Amino acid sequence: MAYDKFTILRSSAVPLPIENVDTDQIIPARFLKATERKEFGDNLFRDWRYNQDGTPKEDFILNNPVYSGRILVGGKNFGSGSSREHAAWAIYDYGFRCVVSSFFADIFKGNSLNIGVLPVQISGEFLDKIFTAIEADPKTELEVNLPEQTITILATGESESFDINGYKKHNMLNGFDDIDYLQAMKDEVKAFAASSMY
Amino acid sequence: MSNTPSTLFDKVWDAHVVRKIEDGPDVFFIDRHFIHEVTSPVAFLGLQTRGVDVMSPERTFATADHNTPTINQHLPVADPLSANQLNQLETNSAKYGISHWGLNNPKNGIVHVVGPENGITLPGMTIVCGDSHTSTHGAFGAIAFGIGTSEVEMVLSSQCIMQPKPKKMRISVNGKLGRGVTPKDVALYIISKMSTSGATGYFVEYAGDVFENMSMEGRMTVCNMSIEMGARGGMIAPDETTFNYINGREKAPKGEAWEKALAYWKTLKTDPEASFDLEYTFDAADIEPMITYGTNPGMGIGISKHIPLSGEVEGGKSSYEKSLNYMGFHEDEEMIGKKVDYVFVGSCTNGRIEDFRAFASIIKGRKKADNVTAWIVPGSHVVEQQIKEEGILDILHEAGFQLRQPGCSACLAMNDDKVPAGKYAVSTSNRNFEGRQGPNSRTLLASPLVAAAAAVTGVVTDPRELMEEELEVSGTY
Ligand code: SF4
Repeated sequence: MAYDKFTILRSSAVPLPIENVDTDQIIPARFLKATERKEFGDNLFRDWRYNQDGTPKEDFILNNPVYSGRILVGGKNFGSGSSREHAAWAIYDYGFRCVVSSFFADIFKGNSLNIGVLPVQISGEFLDKIFTAIEADPKTELEVNLPEQTITILATGESESFDINGYKKHNMLNGFDDIDYLQAMKDEVKAFAASSMY
Repeated sequence: MSNTPSTLFDKVWDAHVVRKIEDGPDVFFIDRHFIHEVTSPVAFLGLQTRGVDVMSPERTFATADHNTPTINQHLPVADPLSANQLNQLETNSAKYGISHWGLNNPKNGIVHVVGPENGITLPGMTIVCGDSHTSTHGAFGAIAFGIGTSEVEMVLSSQCIMQPKPKKMRISVNGKLGRGVTPKDVALYIISKMSTSGATGYFVEYAGDVFENMSMEGRMTVCNMSIEMGARGGMIAPDETTFNYINGREKAPKGEAWEKALAYWKTLKTDPEASFDLEYTFDAADIEPMITYGTNPGMGIGISKHIPLSGEVEGGKSSYEKSLNYMGFHEDEEMIGKKVDYVFVGSCTNGRIEDFRAFASIIKGRKKADNVTAWIVPGSHVVEQQIKEEGILDILHEAGFQLRQPGCSACLAMNDDKVPAGKYAVSTSNRNFEGRQGPNSRTLLASPLVAAAAAVTGVVTDPRELMEEELEVSGTY
């Protein structure tokens, strides 16, 4: 599915300083029954965000109007667990375009890149700095610059660079997805398949 | 092929690279693609929107498992959303000519159980599925891993995905496993040492005599849990045990094709001089029956041990406290004797015949504890049939247990098999995340033996106390 191009994102951020945030928390399995990609944002962090009777839990960060923005900042090992792309959809559909952490689970990272959410992996020290800055001022703005591969705390100018492979970067910058690429090389794949032993 | 020493993983990976993209992923060819009702509908929708076809329906296999009911499967599925997903799987499969094992089909069952059972999973293959426990198939010396829905769409439309090659890790476990120590305990032990992110970015090869002596069912249990330490997958070099398991299965090669395949499969092992990016070695003697006490699979301990102090664990103190708080446990407490409300035996981790044999070995001649609700769920109809034929069903009934029908069930609780809020479940599945088995449920991951011991005593119990002396249920089962 096509997504909007990603170049430079300047936004305040929502902090979630919890380690090992797993995909069952991001979107619980019982919300995976849809057959279309719709309304997943409503159930993002469902059980942390709402009581069982559907009322919001006031102490959860997404229910605190002081925090907002298009960047989610999570603790180490973000997105562990299942392969459900619904986790990345929920994050995107809620309105985030970028998740920042000091470590990401593999499948979540791949899924995010495939649907237009940029995972930005930074050092534990810089992550702490961001959490501290947001704690001091919830309106703290971050700049995620994909062409330069940097993330900056605008108020202080502190900055760090992040990795992304050239191919994925090109896709994100242009809003392309892998399926377009693969469709274009179908004959090559067919020739390969013909020589496969299985 | 070059003469540089290579690993099992290199051999299989390199044989499937269609194109290398500079500073990008490999275009990676997929031999077998399993699909199920939950992660495929949006992918099919994507195909439709783009107006492209399924490239190789004969390489694709559909089975219904994630949200199927485990009782009264002959009746229409009551939950309309689940029924809709199941219908879509059926109609999409029919439309594109994909083999489909729906509810009530004798071949139906959990995707990672039925693939090997029918000889679809073979050594040297690349196998993907929109489910992270696809790593199970690595037990056959295949490269198998879970993918997201965008990738499901890629494989349907082009039989390829874009993958950077992961780094290589070898985990060796040597020695003899103790009494009552099963493959599940080996897996939980390794994860407790590695943490849930310790193998992120790596593909693991399991080596050493513990795995060499393990049955295929046991190897599947171990490879299944690879993802729980962050690894993309895990694999074990195929050997006589593998070949004997495959030989004669419906979709396995026959006659001349078998001989040819066998000759190739025998080359699928790591060369002696080949190197890994990271190696770990563990001693089988250090492993005891395991149980988890927290909210990720890395939070496991030997069943006789106490819950670690927050100072002894890696990572943030607040995350650790949050986790114990959720579980209603405290630092330094003993696990033995904790009350258990539910017992779940099943899932693609422990839903094969050996698991039910192990469970039966302990409950035989005993009675289910009154405070325990038990869900005994075979991984497939074939397993269900074996349970009946081997007399295990009679043992279950005499002890007061019911056998349910196959499916993922309480492993992810998408159907009605949900553990109520606050209740404790000893579960043979693979994840103990918050709410995994139902909102606010509390999961203790363990082997079928530990599950059996809990089911008959109503509390966390060391299974070795209930095992007959001469009964050697251990790593090889
Ligand atoms: S049993 Fe659990 S882990 Fe296995 S395929 Fe089903 S949901 Fe996934």
